[in-house]
Amino acid sequence: MSLRIVRPGLLTTVQDRGRFGLQHLGIVSCGPMDPVALELANSLVGNGAEAAVLEITVLGPEIEFETDALVALCGAEMEARAAGAPMPTNRPVLLEKGTVLSARRATLGSRAYLAVAGGIAIAPVLGSRSTYLPAKFGGLQGRALRAGDRLPLIDKVSSMSLSRYESLKGKKTFSRLRSVSWSAPALTLPAREPIVIHAMEGRHHAMFDAAARRAFFEATWKVTPDSNRMGFRLAGPVLARAEAGEILSEPTCLGTVQVPSNGLPIALMADHQTTGGYPKIAEIAAADVPRLAQLAPGGSVQFARCTLEQAGELRRVLRQRMDAARRALAWDYLR
Amino acid sequence: MHDRRRRAQGDLKKLLKTLRLSPLGDAAVYAEFGDKLDLETNRSLQALAIALRARALPWIRDVVPALCGIAVHFDPFHPELPASVLEYFQALLEETFKSASKFEHSGRSVDVPVCYDPVFALDMEEIAGQTRLSAAQIQKLHVTSKHFVLMVGFSPGQPYIGGLDAKLSVPRRATPRTVMPAGSVAIANAQTAVYPYETPGGWSIIGRTPLRVFDPAREPASLFAPGDRVQFVPITRAEFEGLQ
Repeated sequence: MSLRIVRPGLLTTVQDRGRFGLQHLGIVSCGPMDPVALELANSLVGNGAEAAVLEITVLGPEIEFETDALVALCGAEMEARAAGAPMPTNRPVLLEKGTVLSARRATLGSRAYLAVAGGIAIAPVLGSRSTYLPAKFGGLQGRALRAGDRLPLIDKVSSMSLSRYESLKGKKTFSRLRSVSWSAPALTLPAREPIVIHAMEGRHHAMFDAAARRAFFEATWKVTPDSNRMGFRLAGPVLARAEAGEILSEPTCLGTVQVPSNGLPIALMADHQTTGGYPKIAEIAAADVPRLAQLAPGGSVQFARCTLEQAGELRRVLRQRMDAARRALAWDYLR
Repeated sequence: MHDRRRRAQGDLKKLLKTLRLSPLGDAAVYAEFGDKLDLETNRSLQALAIALRARALPWIRDVVPALCGIAVHFDPFHPELPASVLEYFQALLEETFKSASKFEHSGRSVDVPVCYDPVFALDMEEIAGQTRLSAAQIQKLHVTSKHFVLMVGFSPGQPYIGGLDAKLSVPRRATPRTVMPAGSVAIANAQTAVYPYETPGGWSIIGRTPLRVFDPAREPASLFAPGDRVQFVPITRAEFEGLQ
Protein backbone atom coordinates (compact mmCIF):
# COMPACT_ATOMS: atom_id res chain seq x y z
CA MET A 1 0.00 0.00 0.00
CA SER A 2 2.30 2.76 -1.12
CA LEU A 3 3.37 4.96 -3.95
CA ARG A 4 6.94 5.45 -5.08
CA ILE A 5 8.45 8.66 -6.41
CA VAL A 6 10.33 7.89 -9.64
CA ARG A 7 11.06 11.54 -10.46
CA PRO A 8 10.17 14.26 -7.94
CA GLY A 9 9.37 17.18 -10.26
CA LEU A 10 10.26 20.75 -9.32
CA LEU A 11 8.71 20.85 -5.84
CA THR A 12 6.37 18.10 -4.72
CA THR A 13 5.38 18.12 -1.05
CA VAL A 14 2.90 16.38 1.25
CA GLN A 15 0.18 18.79 2.41
CA ASP A 16 -3.05 18.48 4.31
CA ARG A 17 -5.43 21.34 5.08
CA GLY A 18 -2.96 22.87 7.54
CA ARG A 19 -1.57 23.11 11.05
CA PHE A 20 -3.75 25.40 13.14
CA GLY A 21 -3.60 26.83 16.64
CA LEU A 22 0.19 27.30 16.91
CA GLN A 23 0.80 30.76 15.46
CA HIS A 24 1.44 32.14 18.97
CA LEU A 25 4.52 29.88 18.96
CA GLY A 26 5.64 31.20 15.58
CA ILE A 27 4.29 28.25 13.59
CA VAL A 28 2.18 29.18 10.61
CA SER A 29 -0.56 26.92 9.28
CA CYS A 30 1.33 25.86 6.07
CA GLY A 31 -1.07 23.62 4.14
CA PRO A 32 -2.03 23.90 0.49
CA MET A 33 -1.32 27.00 -1.58
CA ASP A 34 -4.69 26.32 -3.27
CA PRO A 35 -7.01 24.88 -0.60
CA VAL A 36 -9.95 24.88 -3.05
CA ALA A 37 -8.23 22.41 -5.40
CA LEU A 38 -7.06 20.29 -2.45
CA GLU A 39 -10.59 20.08 -1.06
CA LEU A 40 -11.98 19.10 -4.46
CA ALA A 41 -9.32 16.41 -4.97
CA ASN A 42 -10.09 14.88 -1.57
CA SER A 43 -13.85 14.98 -2.24
CA LEU A 44 -13.42 13.21 -5.59
CA VAL A 45 -11.75 10.18 -4.01
CA GLY A 46 -14.12 10.16 -1.02
CA ASN A 47 -11.54 11.41 1.50
CA GLY A 48 -12.38 13.50 4.55
CA ALA A 49 -11.18 17.11 4.68
CA GLU A 50 -8.16 16.16 6.83
CA ALA A 51 -6.54 13.72 4.35
CA ALA A 52 -3.00 14.47 3.16
CA VAL A 53 -2.31 14.79 -0.57
CA LEU A 54 0.62 15.71 -2.82
CA GLU A 55 1.07 19.32 -3.87
CA ILE A 56 2.78 19.45 -7.26
CA THR A 57 4.46 22.65 -8.45
CA VAL A 58 4.92 23.77 -12.10
CA LEU A 59 6.89 20.66 -13.19
CA GLY A 60 5.20 17.44 -12.20
CA PRO A 61 6.60 14.20 -10.79
CA GLU A 62 6.59 10.62 -12.03
CA ILE A 63 4.92 8.30 -9.54
CA GLU A 64 4.57 4.54 -9.53
CA PHE A 65 1.51 3.10 -7.77
CA GLU A 66 2.48 -0.08 -5.96
CA THR A 67 -1.16 -0.87 -5.33
CA ASP A 68 -4.51 -0.30 -7.04
CA ALA A 69 -5.37 3.29 -6.21
CA LEU A 70 -8.36 5.57 -6.58
CA VAL A 71 -6.85 8.98 -7.33
CA ALA A 72 -7.84 12.48 -8.45
CA LEU A 73 -5.64 15.17 -9.97
CA CYS A 74 -7.00 18.71 -9.51
CA GLY A 75 -5.79 22.30 -9.67
CA ALA A 76 -3.28 23.25 -12.37
CA GLU A 77 -3.71 21.59 -15.75
CA MET A 78 -0.63 19.45 -16.38
CA GLU A 79 0.68 17.44 -19.28
CA ALA A 80 0.11 14.17 -17.48
CA ARG A 81 -0.08 10.61 -18.73
CA ALA A 82 -0.74 7.26 -17.09
CA ALA A 83 -0.84 3.76 -18.59
CA GLY A 84 -0.10 5.12 -22.05
CA ALA A 85 -2.97 7.60 -22.14
CA PRO A 86 -3.59 11.19 -21.08
CA MET A 87 -4.47 11.28 -17.40
CA PRO A 88 -8.07 12.47 -16.90
CA THR A 89 -8.25 15.33 -14.40
CA ASN A 90 -10.83 16.71 -11.95
CA ARG A 91 -12.46 13.29 -11.65
CA PRO A 92 -11.87 9.99 -9.86
CA VAL A 93 -9.52 7.64 -11.72
CA LEU A 94 -8.71 4.06 -10.82
CA LEU A 95 -5.03 3.28 -11.44
CA GLU A 96 -4.10 -0.39 -11.40
CA LYS A 97 -1.15 -1.66 -9.43
CA GLY A 98 2.08 -0.94 -11.30
CA THR A 99 0.74 2.09 -13.18
CA VAL A 100 3.15 4.99 -13.58
CA LEU A 101 1.67 8.49 -13.55
CA SER A 102 3.97 10.93 -15.30
CA ALA A 103 3.20 14.63 -14.99
CA ARG A 104 5.23 17.14 -16.98
CA ARG A 105 4.74 20.88 -17.30
CA ALA A 106 1.75 22.79 -16.00
CA THR A 107 -0.07 24.29 -18.98
CA LEU A 108 -2.55 26.39 -16.98
CA GLY A 109 -2.09 27.33 -13.33
CA SER A 110 0.95 26.28 -11.33
CA ARG A 111 -0.11 23.95 -8.51
CA ALA A 112 -1.81 20.60 -8.90
CA TYR A 113 -3.08 18.31 -6.14
CA LEU A 114 -2.98 14.53 -6.30
CA ALA A 115 -5.31 12.91 -3.79
CA VAL A 116 -5.32 9.14 -3.22
CA ALA A 117 -8.22 7.39 -1.47
CA GLY A 118 -7.40 7.08 2.23
CA GLY A 119 -4.73 9.75 2.09
CA ILE A 120 -0.99 9.62 2.67
CA ALA A 121 -0.02 7.79 5.86
CA ILE A 122 2.73 9.88 7.39
CA ALA A 123 2.85 10.55 11.11
CA PRO A 124 1.44 14.03 11.78
CA VAL A 125 3.82 16.55 13.37
CA LEU A 126 2.17 19.05 15.72
CA GLY A 127 -1.24 18.00 14.52
CA SER A 128 -0.72 18.08 10.76
CA ARG A 129 0.95 16.19 7.91
CA SER A 130 1.74 19.42 6.04
CA THR A 131 5.36 19.94 5.04
CA TYR A 132 6.79 23.13 6.53
CA LEU A 133 9.86 23.70 4.37
CA PRO A 134 11.38 26.76 6.15
CA ALA A 135 11.61 24.92 9.51
CA LYS A 136 12.10 21.47 7.95
CA PHE A 137 9.37 19.50 9.68
CA GLY A 138 6.09 17.84 8.73
CA GLY A 139 5.41 15.86 5.57
CA LEU A 140 8.22 13.49 4.67
CA GLN A 141 11.15 14.53 6.91
CA GLY A 142 10.21 18.18 6.46
CA ARG A 143 11.42 18.27 2.86
CA ALA A 144 10.32 18.14 -0.76
CA LEU A 145 9.98 14.61 -2.17
CA ARG A 146 12.96 12.96 -3.89
CA ALA A 147 13.38 10.09 -6.33
CA GLY A 148 13.07 6.79 -4.50
CA ASP A 149 10.83 8.09 -1.70
CA ARG A 150 8.04 5.69 -0.76
CA LEU A 151 4.83 7.12 0.64
CA PRO A 152 2.57 4.67 2.47
CA LEU A 153 -1.18 5.07 2.10
CA ILE A 154 -3.84 4.82 4.76
CA ASP A 155 -5.62 1.54 3.97
CA LYS A 156 -8.81 2.35 5.83
CA VAL A 157 -10.92 4.21 3.27
CA SER A 158 -14.39 5.73 3.48
CA SER A 159 -17.47 3.89 2.22
CA MET A 160 -17.69 6.50 -0.54
CA SER A 161 -14.12 5.71 -1.67
CA LEU A 162 -14.91 2.00 -1.61
CA SER A 163 -18.13 2.38 -3.58
CA ARG A 164 -16.42 4.55 -6.17
CA TYR A 165 -13.50 2.12 -6.38
CA GLU A 166 -15.80 -0.87 -6.90
CA SER A 167 -17.95 0.80 -9.53
CA LEU A 168 -14.82 1.73 -11.52
CA LYS A 169 -13.26 -1.69 -11.00
CA GLY A 170 -16.39 -3.36 -12.40
CA LYS A 171 -16.47 -1.11 -15.45
CA LYS A 172 -15.85 -2.93 -18.76
CA THR A 173 -13.00 -1.19 -20.53
CA PHE A 174 -9.93 -2.01 -22.61
CA SER A 175 -8.00 0.83 -21.07
CA ARG A 176 -6.03 0.45 -17.87
CA LEU A 177 -7.29 3.89 -16.91
CA ARG A 178 -10.74 3.57 -15.45
CA SER A 179 -12.57 6.81 -14.94
CA VAL A 180 -15.91 8.52 -15.38
CA SER A 181 -17.28 10.81 -18.08
CA TRP A 182 -18.09 13.71 -15.76
CA SER A 183 -15.63 16.08 -14.14
CA ALA A 184 -15.58 18.66 -11.37
CA PRO A 185 -15.16 22.35 -12.27
CA ALA A 186 -11.75 23.97 -11.82
CA LEU A 187 -12.58 27.01 -9.68
CA THR A 188 -9.19 28.65 -9.27
CA LEU A 189 -7.37 28.58 -12.61
CA PRO A 190 -6.51 31.87 -14.35
CA ALA A 191 -8.85 32.39 -17.33
CA ARG A 192 -6.65 35.09 -18.79
CA GLU A 193 -3.94 37.35 -17.46
CA PRO A 194 -3.63 39.70 -15.77
CA ILE A 195 -5.87 37.97 -13.26
CA VAL A 196 -7.87 40.29 -11.00
CA ILE A 197 -7.47 39.73 -7.28
CA HIS A 198 -9.55 41.61 -4.72
CA ALA A 199 -7.74 43.29 -1.85
CA MET A 200 -8.62 45.55 1.05
CA GLU A 201 -6.48 48.48 2.16
CA GLY A 202 -3.96 47.26 4.73
CA ARG A 203 -3.34 48.69 8.19
CA HIS A 204 -0.47 50.86 6.95
CA HIS A 205 -1.99 51.91 3.63
CA ALA A 206 -1.96 55.58 4.70
CA MET A 207 1.82 55.45 5.32
CA PHE A 208 2.44 55.26 1.56
CA ASP A 209 2.51 58.35 -0.64
CA ALA A 210 -0.42 59.20 -2.93
CA ALA A 211 1.32 57.85 -6.03
CA ALA A 212 2.04 54.52 -4.36
CA ARG A 213 -1.50 54.18 -3.00
CA ARG A 214 -2.83 54.73 -6.53
CA ALA A 215 -0.22 52.58 -8.23
CA PHE A 216 -0.91 49.55 -6.07
CA PHE A 217 -4.48 49.26 -7.38
CA GLU A 218 -3.71 50.44 -10.93
CA ALA A 219 -0.48 48.72 -11.91
CA THR A 220 -0.12 45.29 -13.46
CA TRP A 221 2.19 43.26 -11.22
CA LYS A 222 4.37 40.36 -12.30
CA VAL A 223 5.13 37.41 -10.01
CA THR A 224 8.93 37.17 -9.92
CA PRO A 225 10.88 33.88 -10.20
CA ASP A 226 12.15 34.10 -6.60
CA SER A 227 8.58 33.68 -5.33
CA ASN A 228 7.85 30.58 -3.26
CA ARG A 229 5.46 29.06 -0.73
CA MET A 230 6.41 31.78 1.77
CA GLY A 231 5.57 34.71 -0.46
CA PHE A 232 5.00 36.01 -3.97
CA ARG A 233 7.36 38.85 -4.77
CA LEU A 234 5.74 41.28 -7.16
CA ALA A 235 7.57 43.36 -9.76
CA GLY A 236 6.08 46.70 -10.78
CA PRO A 237 6.29 50.35 -9.76
CA VAL A 238 8.30 51.06 -6.60
CA LEU A 239 5.92 51.94 -3.76
CA ALA A 240 7.33 54.88 -1.79
CA ARG A 241 6.40 55.79 1.76
CA ALA A 242 5.06 59.25 2.62
CA GLU A 243 6.88 59.13 5.93
CA ALA A 244 9.92 57.20 7.04
CA GLY A 245 10.08 55.43 10.36
CA GLU A 246 9.89 51.85 11.55
CA ILE A 247 6.77 50.03 12.61
CA LEU A 248 6.74 47.52 15.42
CA SER A 249 6.73 43.90 14.39
CA GLU A 250 3.12 42.65 14.39
CA PRO A 251 1.16 39.59 13.27
CA THR A 252 0.80 38.93 9.56
CA CYS A 253 -1.76 36.83 7.69
CA LEU A 254 -2.14 34.68 4.65
CA GLY A 255 -2.65 37.26 1.88
CA THR A 256 -1.02 40.19 3.66
CA VAL A 257 0.80 42.40 1.12
CA GLN A 258 3.79 43.91 2.86
CA VAL A 259 6.30 46.35 1.40
CA PRO A 260 9.95 46.18 2.50
CA SER A 261 12.22 49.19 2.18
CA ASN A 262 12.99 48.46 -1.50
CA GLY A 263 9.37 49.40 -2.28
CA LEU A 264 8.48 46.10 -3.98
CA PRO A 265 5.49 44.32 -2.47
CA ILE A 266 5.42 40.74 -1.23
CA ALA A 267 2.12 38.83 -0.95
CA LEU A 268 2.39 36.41 1.96
CA MET A 269 1.46 32.83 1.09
CA ALA A 270 1.00 29.49 2.90
CA ASP A 271 4.45 29.25 4.59
CA HIS A 272 4.70 32.95 5.55
CA GLN A 273 6.26 34.13 8.81
CA THR A 274 3.76 34.72 11.61
CA THR A 275 4.97 38.25 12.40
CA GLY A 276 6.64 40.97 10.38
CA GLY A 277 7.87 44.52 10.69
CA TYR A 278 7.18 45.76 7.16
CA PRO A 279 4.21 48.06 6.49
CA LYS A 280 1.13 46.34 5.09
CA ILE A 281 -0.29 48.14 2.08
CA ALA A 282 -3.10 45.63 1.45
CA GLU A 283 -4.77 42.41 2.54
CA ILE A 284 -5.96 40.03 -0.17
CA ALA A 285 -9.54 38.76 0.13
CA ALA A 286 -9.47 35.21 1.54
CA ALA A 287 -11.60 33.90 -1.35
CA ASP A 288 -9.04 35.14 -3.90
CA VAL A 289 -5.82 33.82 -2.31
CA PRO A 290 -6.21 30.36 -3.94
CA ARG A 291 -6.51 31.99 -7.39
CA LEU A 292 -3.37 34.05 -6.78
CA ALA A 293 -1.59 30.85 -5.68
CA GLN A 294 -2.25 29.37 -9.14
CA LEU A 295 -0.26 32.14 -10.84
CA ALA A 296 3.10 30.87 -12.06
CA PRO A 297 6.30 32.94 -11.90
CA GLY A 298 6.06 35.50 -14.70
CA GLY A 299 2.28 35.58 -14.39
CA SER A 300 0.56 38.94 -14.03
CA VAL A 301 -2.01 40.25 -11.59
CA GLN A 302 -4.00 43.41 -10.91
CA PHE A 303 -5.48 44.26 -7.55
CA ALA A 304 -9.08 45.48 -7.35
CA ARG A 305 -9.96 47.45 -4.23
CA CYS A 306 -12.72 45.87 -2.18
CA THR A 307 -14.34 46.37 1.22
CA LEU A 308 -14.53 43.90 4.08
CA GLU A 309 -18.21 43.33 3.20
CA GLN A 310 -17.38 42.62 -0.46
CA ALA A 311 -14.68 40.18 0.64
CA GLY A 312 -17.34 38.42 2.70
CA GLU A 313 -19.60 38.22 -0.35
CA LEU A 314 -16.74 36.72 -2.42
CA ARG A 315 -16.35 34.04 0.25
CA ARG A 316 -20.06 33.24 0.24
CA VAL A 317 -20.04 32.86 -3.56
CA LEU A 318 -16.95 30.62 -3.49
CA ARG A 319 -18.41 28.50 -0.69
CA GLN A 320 -21.64 28.06 -2.67
CA ARG A 321 -19.73 26.99 -5.78
CA MET A 322 -17.64 24.52 -3.75
CA ASP A 323 -20.71 23.06 -2.07
CA ALA A 324 -22.52 22.78 -5.40
CA ALA A 325 -19.49 21.01 -6.92
CA ARG A 326 -19.30 18.62 -3.98
CA ARG A 327 -23.01 17.80 -4.17
CA ALA A 328 -22.68 17.13 -7.89
CA LEU A 329 -19.71 14.83 -7.25
CA ALA A 330 -21.63 12.77 -4.76
CA TRP A 331 -24.65 12.13 -6.98
CA ASP A 332 -23.48 8.77 -8.32
CA TYR A 333 -22.72 7.63 -4.79
CA LEU A 334 -25.98 8.84 -3.27
CA ARG A 335 -28.11 7.48 -6.08
CA MET B 1 -3.13 38.63 46.66
CA HIS B 2 -6.47 40.42 46.66
CA ASP B 3 -4.70 43.71 46.09
CA ARG B 4 -2.81 42.33 43.14
CA ARG B 5 -5.99 41.08 41.57
CA ARG B 6 -7.72 44.44 41.99
CA ARG B 7 -4.72 46.18 40.50
CA ALA B 8 -4.75 43.77 37.56
CA GLN B 9 -8.41 44.58 36.99
CA GLY B 10 -7.69 48.29 37.14
CA ASP B 11 -4.94 47.85 34.56
CA LEU B 12 -7.25 45.93 32.27
CA LYS B 13 -9.92 48.64 32.44
CA LYS B 14 -7.32 51.21 31.49
CA LEU B 15 -6.23 48.90 28.71
CA LEU B 16 -9.76 48.61 27.32
CA LYS B 17 -9.83 52.40 26.81
CA THR B 18 -6.87 52.15 24.44
CA LEU B 19 -8.35 49.26 22.42
CA ARG B 20 -8.43 49.78 18.67
CA LEU B 21 -9.82 46.94 16.58
CA SER B 22 -8.90 46.68 12.94
CA PRO B 23 -9.37 43.98 10.33
CA LEU B 24 -6.33 42.06 9.07
CA GLY B 25 -7.99 41.11 5.80
CA ASP B 26 -11.20 39.11 6.11
CA ALA B 27 -9.71 36.16 7.99
CA ALA B 28 -8.26 37.90 11.06
CA VAL B 29 -8.68 40.92 13.33
CA TYR B 30 -6.05 42.81 15.29
CA ALA B 31 -6.84 44.22 18.71
CA GLU B 32 -4.22 46.91 19.26
CA PHE B 33 -3.51 48.56 22.60
CA GLY B 34 -1.44 51.62 21.70
CA ASP B 35 1.28 51.70 19.06
CA LYS B 36 4.27 51.79 21.41
CA LEU B 37 5.66 48.82 23.26
CA ASP B 38 4.75 49.06 26.94
CA LEU B 39 5.78 46.18 29.17
CA GLU B 40 2.79 46.48 31.50
CA THR B 41 0.39 46.54 28.57
CA ASN B 42 2.09 43.49 27.10
CA ARG B 43 1.74 41.63 30.42
CA SER B 44 -1.98 42.37 30.48
CA LEU B 45 -2.59 41.37 26.90
CA GLN B 46 -0.87 38.03 27.50
CA ALA B 47 -3.55 37.28 30.11
CA LEU B 48 -6.24 38.46 27.71
CA ALA B 49 -4.90 36.21 24.95
CA ILE B 50 -5.02 33.19 27.26
CA ALA B 51 -8.61 34.02 28.21
CA LEU B 52 -9.58 34.40 24.55
CA ARG B 53 -7.97 31.09 23.62
CA ALA B 54 -9.74 29.41 26.54
CA ARG B 55 -13.09 30.32 24.96
CA ALA B 56 -12.30 27.77 22.24
CA LEU B 57 -14.75 29.19 19.71
CA PRO B 58 -14.99 26.68 16.86
CA TRP B 59 -14.19 29.19 14.11
CA ILE B 60 -11.15 30.72 15.83
CA ARG B 61 -7.92 29.14 14.63
CA ASP B 62 -5.22 31.19 16.32
CA VAL B 63 -4.88 33.78 19.07
CA VAL B 64 -1.53 35.50 18.64
CA PRO B 65 -0.31 37.95 21.26
CA ALA B 66 2.21 40.40 19.81
CA LEU B 67 4.17 43.35 21.20
CA CYS B 68 1.17 45.70 21.63
CA GLY B 69 -1.82 43.77 20.42
CA ILE B 70 -3.46 40.45 19.79
CA ALA B 71 -4.29 38.98 16.40
CA VAL B 72 -7.14 36.52 16.17
CA HIS B 73 -7.11 34.39 13.04
CA PHE B 74 -10.30 32.58 12.07
CA ASP B 75 -11.59 30.16 9.45
CA PRO B 76 -13.21 32.58 7.01
CA PHE B 77 -15.38 29.78 5.59
CA HIS B 78 -16.69 28.49 8.92
CA PRO B 79 -20.51 28.28 8.93
CA GLU B 80 -20.73 29.73 12.46
CA LEU B 81 -18.62 32.81 11.69
CA PRO B 82 -20.54 35.91 12.90
CA ALA B 83 -21.76 38.28 10.18
CA SER B 84 -19.86 41.26 11.57
CA VAL B 85 -16.65 39.93 13.03
CA LEU B 86 -15.41 43.36 14.19
CA GLU B 87 -18.58 44.07 16.20
CA TYR B 88 -18.48 40.57 17.58
CA PHE B 89 -14.88 41.00 18.75
CA GLN B 90 -15.53 44.39 20.32
CA ALA B 91 -18.24 42.77 22.45
CA LEU B 92 -16.19 39.63 23.10
CA LEU B 93 -13.17 41.64 24.28
CA GLU B 94 -15.28 43.85 26.55
CA GLU B 95 -16.91 40.79 28.04
CA THR B 96 -13.56 39.06 28.52
CA PHE B 97 -12.24 42.19 30.25
CA LYS B 98 -15.18 42.12 32.65
CA SER B 99 -14.30 38.61 33.72
CA ALA B 100 -10.68 39.68 34.15
CA SER B 101 -10.68 38.91 37.86
CA LYS B 102 -11.27 35.30 36.95
CA PHE B 103 -7.97 35.01 35.15
CA GLU B 104 -4.55 35.67 36.52
CA HIS B 105 -1.64 35.68 34.22
CA SER B 106 0.03 32.32 34.73
CA GLY B 107 3.10 32.39 32.51
CA ARG B 108 5.60 29.65 33.26
CA SER B 109 9.05 30.33 34.58
CA VAL B 110 11.77 29.18 32.20
CA ASP B 111 15.44 28.81 33.13
CA VAL B 112 17.74 29.22 30.16
CA PRO B 113 21.43 28.33 30.55
CA VAL B 114 23.63 30.74 28.59
CA CYS B 115 27.37 30.64 28.02
CA TYR B 116 28.66 34.22 27.77
CA ASP B 117 32.17 33.06 26.78
CA PRO B 118 33.80 35.21 24.05
CA VAL B 119 33.77 32.21 21.72
CA PHE B 120 29.96 32.58 21.57
CA ALA B 121 29.47 36.25 22.53
CA LEU B 122 30.47 37.49 19.09
CA ASP B 123 29.42 41.11 19.67
CA MET B 124 30.39 41.55 23.32
CA GLU B 125 33.24 43.94 22.58
CA GLU B 126 31.05 46.13 20.43
CA ILE B 127 28.35 46.29 23.12
CA ALA B 128 31.00 47.06 25.72
CA GLY B 129 32.07 50.00 23.56
CA GLN B 130 28.49 51.23 23.10
CA THR B 131 27.46 50.88 26.75
CA ARG B 132 30.83 51.66 28.39
CA LEU B 133 30.40 48.53 30.50
CA SER B 134 32.74 45.55 30.90
CA ALA B 135 31.81 42.10 29.62
CA ALA B 136 31.36 40.95 33.21
CA GLN B 137 29.01 43.86 33.97
CA ILE B 138 27.03 43.19 30.78
CA GLN B 139 26.64 39.53 31.70
CA LYS B 140 25.57 40.44 35.24
CA LEU B 141 22.97 42.96 34.03
CA HIS B 142 21.63 40.46 31.52
CA VAL B 143 21.31 37.74 34.15
CA THR B 144 19.69 39.97 36.79
CA SER B 145 17.15 41.66 34.45
CA LYS B 146 13.53 40.53 34.95
CA HIS B 147 12.84 39.08 31.51
CA PHE B 148 9.54 37.91 30.06
CA VAL B 149 8.44 36.77 26.63
CA LEU B 150 6.56 39.54 24.78
CA MET B 151 5.90 37.60 21.59
CA VAL B 152 7.02 34.48 19.73
CA GLY B 153 7.42 34.93 16.00
CA PHE B 154 9.63 35.34 12.96
CA SER B 155 10.47 31.63 13.01
CA PRO B 156 9.03 28.73 15.03
CA GLY B 157 9.75 29.19 18.73
CA GLN B 158 11.74 32.43 18.41
CA PRO B 159 11.01 34.62 21.46
CA TYR B 160 11.12 38.40 21.70
CA ILE B 161 11.97 38.87 25.38
CA GLY B 162 11.38 42.19 27.18
CA GLY B 163 12.60 43.48 30.52
CA LEU B 164 16.27 43.99 29.69
CA ASP B 165 17.99 46.56 31.89
CA ALA B 166 17.89 49.92 30.09
CA LYS B 167 21.67 50.25 30.44
CA LEU B 168 21.96 47.42 27.90
CA SER B 169 19.71 49.04 25.31
CA VAL B 170 21.68 49.04 22.06
CA PRO B 171 20.33 49.64 18.54
CA ARG B 172 20.24 46.94 15.86
CA ARG B 173 23.55 46.44 14.08
CA ALA B 174 24.01 48.63 11.01
CA THR B 175 25.07 45.59 8.98
CA PRO B 176 23.13 42.43 9.83
CA ARG B 177 25.09 39.21 10.20
CA THR B 178 24.45 36.73 7.43
CA VAL B 179 24.66 33.91 9.95
CA MET B 180 23.42 33.93 13.53
CA PRO B 181 24.25 30.46 14.89
CA ALA B 182 21.33 28.46 16.30
CA GLY B 183 21.01 29.08 20.05
CA SER B 184 22.47 32.59 19.83
CA VAL B 185 21.27 34.94 22.57
CA ALA B 186 21.19 38.45 21.14
CA ILE B 187 20.04 41.88 22.25
CA ALA B 188 18.64 45.02 20.55
CA ASN B 189 16.17 47.77 21.50
CA ALA B 190 16.07 46.68 25.16
CA GLN B 191 14.98 43.18 24.16
CA THR B 192 16.59 39.75 24.01
CA ALA B 193 16.05 37.16 21.29
CA VAL B 194 17.11 33.51 21.28
CA TYR B 195 17.53 32.08 17.79
CA PRO B 196 16.09 28.57 17.26
CA TYR B 197 17.67 28.22 13.82
CA GLU B 198 20.72 29.49 12.03
CA THR B 199 19.39 32.62 10.29
CA PRO B 200 20.60 36.04 9.21
CA GLY B 201 19.95 38.71 11.83
CA GLY B 202 20.77 42.23 12.97
CA TRP B 203 20.85 41.82 16.75
CA SER B 204 24.07 41.81 18.81
CA ILE B 205 25.11 38.38 20.10
CA ILE B 206 26.07 38.17 23.78
CA GLY B 207 26.05 34.41 24.31
CA ARG B 208 24.62 31.06 23.33
CA THR B 209 22.34 28.49 24.92
CA PRO B 210 23.00 24.78 24.45
CA LEU B 211 19.25 24.06 24.62
CA ARG B 212 17.17 23.36 21.55
CA VAL B 213 14.86 26.34 21.36
CA PHE B 214 12.39 24.53 19.13
CA ASP B 215 11.99 20.81 18.56
CA PRO B 216 8.79 19.65 16.84
CA ALA B 217 9.25 16.13 18.29
CA ARG B 218 9.44 17.41 21.89
CA GLU B 219 6.51 18.16 24.19
CA PRO B 220 6.26 21.11 24.44
CA ALA B 221 7.91 21.79 21.10
CA SER B 222 8.72 25.39 21.94
CA LEU B 223 10.99 26.25 24.87
CA PHE B 224 9.30 29.65 25.11
CA ALA B 225 5.66 30.70 25.04
CA PRO B 226 4.30 34.26 25.13
CA GLY B 227 4.07 35.55 28.72
CA ASP B 228 6.72 33.19 30.15
CA ARG B 229 9.11 34.65 32.72
CA VAL B 230 12.70 33.97 31.70
CA GLN B 231 15.75 33.56 33.91
CA PHE B 232 19.08 33.41 32.10
CA VAL B 233 21.57 31.26 34.00
CA PRO B 234 25.27 31.76 33.23
CA ILE B 235 27.22 28.56 32.48
CA THR B 236 30.82 27.78 31.60
CA ARG B 237 32.03 26.37 28.31
CA ALA B 238 32.46 22.96 29.93
CA GLU B 239 28.87 23.06 31.19
CA PHE B 240 27.72 24.21 27.74
CA GLU B 241 29.32 21.19 26.12
CA GLY B 242 27.89 18.92 28.78
CA LEU B 243 24.37 20.17 28.10
CA GLN B 244 24.61 19.96 24.34
